Amino acid sequence: MGANVVDWMALLIVVIVLASAVAVLTVRNMVGAVAASSVVSLGVSVLFVLLHAPDVAMTEAAVGAGLSGVVLAVGLRKLGLWRLEDDKGTAHALVPTSQREDDTDA
Amino acid sequence: MRNLAAILFTGGLGFLLLVIASQLDFGHPPMVVGQEILDVAGDQVGAANIVTSVLLAYRGIDTLGELSILFAAATAAGLVLGHRHGDAPSDPEGGFILRAGADLLFPLLLVVGFYIILHGHLTPGGGFQGGVILAAAFFVGVLGRPAKGLNHDVISVIEGLAGAAFIGIGLWALFLEGEFLKPMLDKGTLGDLISAGTLPLLSLALGLKVGSELAGLMTSLSDTEAREP
Repeated sequence: MGANVVDWMALLIVVIVLASAVAVLTVRNMVGAVAASSVVSLGVSVLFVLLHAPDVAMTEAAVGAGLSGVVLAVGLRKLGLWRLEDDKGTAHALVPTSQREDDTDA
Repeated sequence: MRNLAAILFTGGLGFLLLVIASQLDFGHPPMVVGQEILDVAGDQVGAANIVTSVLLAYRGIDTLGELSILFAAATAAGLVLGHRHGDAPSDPEGGFILRAGADLLFPLLLVVGFYIILHGHLTPGGGFQGGVILAAAFFVGVLGRPAKGLNHDVISVIEGLAGAAFIGIGLWALFLEGEFLKPMLDKGTLGDLISAGTLPLLSLALGLKVGSELAGLMTSLSDTEAREP
């Protein structure tokens, strides 16, 4: 019974990891792609816990899900790609409320 | 024609890999070192977490190599990143939620980071994992208030001292015991906070080194002048 539940959990996580790995390539907005790449690492770290390797799981969660996600996000911000695109293809830069001058979309 | 050749080549490669994979005995490595370490590590090193006793005692010099690779990578990245003109505007300050969250998370992340570092020989985790969490604790504050930044001089001093301490403990063992990075001091009781000899000290040095290295790397990445969007 116990092993069966773990098997189903592992299967579910593998599906989530594969789906987010595909999403990294297919999602059009970059912010979402960065988030999806963090989800891949998070899922893999849960798999490491299921394999009884908590040390590796902690490294994967801290480096893969945390640090590399932040590095990618800061990189996007430096390159001016930190924005969302709506259905019409207009880009909205994501800036904090303190910096927002005017909402240009009509 | 070229596509056909590519398909043939890929198929052949896949076939070869499948043949190799079908003959592999998964889960039964022909290694005896692992079992040997599992048997003797508890008595020899005195650390409840066998992974740490492998990382810092049996394969301590590998960890030192890992540290030097990280150091080389961080130095190279620091050479490329972190340049800005004197009059360049700094990044806008984060929103209220980010700033309040950073202030709230900072002490909690510090406690978790040091807990993981200091309990490296007892529970899962150790210098590397705790160090990354320490770096995150300081970097979250930089994200909230980019203008304040981190003091790079302090970071490099901590980094240098921690790296020197790791090598110093190794040399100390070399002079006293004749082997580089051999665990020393009293092993204590298995499972106590102060046990396993020099392992907690090595873990602390490793954690501070990794933490300051990554914090400096992230700060210079975020200090880099932004391109006009």
